[in-house]
Amino acid sequence: MSATDFESGGAVACPACIATPAARGKGQAGAGGEETILALPGVHCAACITTVESALTAIPGIGDARVNLTLRRVRIRHDGSHSPEDLIAAVKATGYEALPLDMVALSSTETERQSRDLLMRLGVAFFAMMNIMLLSVAVWSGATGATRDLFHMISGAIALPTVLFCGQPFFRSALAGLRAGRLGMDFPISLAIVLASSISVYETFHSGHHAYFDAAVMLTFFLLGGRYLDHRTRAAARSAAQELAALEVPRAIRLTEGAEETVAVSDLRAGDLVVIRAGARVPVDGVVTAGESELDQSLLTGETLPVAVGPDSVVNAGVVNLTGGLTVRVTAAGRDTSLARMADLVAVAEEARNRYTSLADRAARLYSPLVHLMSFSAFGVWMWITGGDVRFAINISAAVLIITCPCALGLAVPAVVTAASGRLFRLGLLVKSGTALERLAEVDTVVFDKTGTLTLGTPQPLDLDRHGADDLSVALALASVSSHPLAQALAGAARARGITAAAVTDLREVPGHGIEGRLSGARVRLGRAEWVGAVPGDITSTWLGVTGRPPVEFAFADSLRPGAEALVAGLKAQGMAVHLVSGDVPAAVADLAARIGIADWHAQILPEGKSAFVADLSARGARVLMVGDGLNDTAALAAAHVSISPATALDAARVASDIVLMGQDIAPVAEALRVSRKAVRRIRENFGISFGYNVIAVPVALIGLATPLLAALAMSLSSITVTLNAMRLGGGRE
Amino acid sequence: MNILVILIPISLFLGIFGLGFFVWTMRTRQYDDPKGDAERILSDRWDDHPAP
Repeated sequence: MSATDFESGGAVACPACIATPAARGKGQAGAGGEETILALPGVHCAACITTVESALTAIPGIGDARVNLTLRRVRIRHDGSHSPEDLIAAVKATGYEALPLDMVALSSTETERQSRDLLMRLGVAFFAMMNIMLLSVAVWSGATGATRDLFHMISGAIALPTVLFCGQPFFRSALAGLRAGRLGMDFPISLAIVLASSISVYETFHSGHHAYFDAAVMLTFFLLGGRYLDHRTRAAARSAAQELAALEVPRAIRLTEGAEETVAVSDLRAGDLVVIRAGARVPVDGVVTAGESELDQSLLTGETLPVAVGPDSVVNAGVVNLTGGLTVRVTAAGRDTSLARMADLVAVAEEARNRYTSLADRAARLYSPLVHLMSFSAFGVWMWITGGDVRFAINISAAVLIITCPCALGLAVPAVVTAASGRLFRLGLLVKSGTALERLAEVDTVVFDKTGTLTLGTPQPLDLDRHGADDLSVALALASVSSHPLAQALAGAARARGITAAAVTDLREVPGHGIEGRLSGARVRLGRAEWVGAVPGDITSTWLGVTGRPPVEFAFADSLRPGAEALVAGLKAQGMAVHLVSGDVPAAVADLAARIGIADWHAQILPEGKSAFVADLSARGARVLMVGDGLNDTAALAAAHVSISPATALDAARVASDIVLMGQDIAPVAEALRVSRKAVRRIRENFGISFGYNVIAVPVALIGLATPLLAALAMSLSSITVTLNAMRLGGGRE
Repeated sequence: MNILVILIPISLFLGIFGLGFFVWTMRTRQYDDPKGDAERILSDRWDDHPAP
């Protein structure tokens, strides 16, 4: 126990606490060297925090582990002896999923600084508002003469610096909008704040009856509240989605005159020779010059069946090399690879989607000109009625601006989006884009990818009961020496059944074919059908061949992602059209479609085909939700009205999608659709509420009966109703 | 109305005190993990490293 434990222990003065302090102190000396941050989509309670933190701090070399439940991540300080993979494994051992986060992206604290800045302004506005309210109550309840003037002066002394400091975000954005030649929501806000403050100063010095200092500050406070909510939701989602560390490493091993050197992929040129080790991702397009292996193309094409390659085979960037080392002559690198061409497709598709106008924008477009028109015509009309009383006319037009000012409007959308995003976050969904919720609510058609989306992309052996125990034990002995996914799945399943490995000797892996060994003199092989002497079928399988006996087939199926069946059933219950589009062979796709109940499926679709399929549906008026994870889905994800991808998806797919599914269970997607529809209904309701308040208050202001009291009442009442209405959405534990 | 001479400074002082307190909570990063803090109080583990 370190010295700090004793010090703070004395302060707490609870013997039980001192007796059971967390195992924090140890390893402290070596700590502070490095920091790793992991995303923990599954944590949700005090017990989760304790479990994860104590499991991590129990590992030697880890100085401190701190879970942030709001952002669902854990910050681990250690001495540098742990790789993120080790730490993820340690967290997984406690039963929680963990994903690596990119340290470089995290260290940019710009958004954090902005959010603290907004919070500071919000706090200052709150305290100023409360103090001015106290003074205003005295004025409203009938203070007259010198007392009223004094109170107005004190209010002004508090309000003016507050408005100058707290209103900056609005002033800046209004100015930027003016320069760009458009009137956003911020211009009327700024105008109202400035006009209210300056007219109040004038009135105070001429001992007028009405000063709107309280209104100006209240306006700033409520609108800053909306701004802060908006910022916080977006920052949390954006950072978490972007900071998921890149799965693919942008480095390659180049072979120069027989010597291997590690270089950045961007430095490769056509004609270079690149070594690709077993288990690595192929970084370039090229032709194999030496070596034999099998490639897992599932992320690129959706095919689950590994493809054998040898000299002269063409390989594409993005596929995974499974069994043997390969030497590849680069034909295209960097911007010319098939991978980069896919990114261009995405850019084109995304441009189309960016044209979506959010509900708030549509409301602002309608609202801004209307408010200015009303305010200025009120000014003109009262100038005419009073025969040129500028002071009175300006008072009226300021009152109109204050009353119509979009407090409720500014809060209507952020409050709902915050509540809905929070709800989705608890379900394990990260909303990356601001308008994603609105677009999600319009969805009537759902298109799924198969591999990696509805399935986990990890094979599982089928019907192991069909095989005899001795076959299984031989297969286990052979499979356990290989890192091929099929072999590993087979070995894992056999071990789970309590099978022990047979005494197979002379084990060796033949790249691209399988594993060979000797069992009491006879040659045994586990691997590709042709190699073992069998006829290959069209389902994923590996064969066991023992000399003198017919080969035995071990069939595999991709394991279903948890919640997939429930999701499809749920979507159908909501009346959605569900399609399955995959690059895999028809047999595999048909099998999965039948298992989870999708009637409309398409197999062997190329990436361009997928995006064309989505575009075709959209052209016929459907609002498409695309759920996919692979590179082959990227263009379709971008082309769809709104898209979701699992956190295990490739970077490109995650970037192209609007919502990232953090957990392994896919079922929350159905709930997300429900929440989004509810959210949009709330937004519309909120617009209705604030419009209703305006309908009552604006005529009062126009005929010159508005008082600061009425303005304060209308503003706070509408803001509070709108916020409460939004909060109905977040309520209820799932 | 002479009482105002005392009351107004008091109210202003209280307001400034509250504001200062708020600035202090922000400086010490107490809004970084509101949900975690709410849950941590339920844990019987002794939390002696409250900073992030």
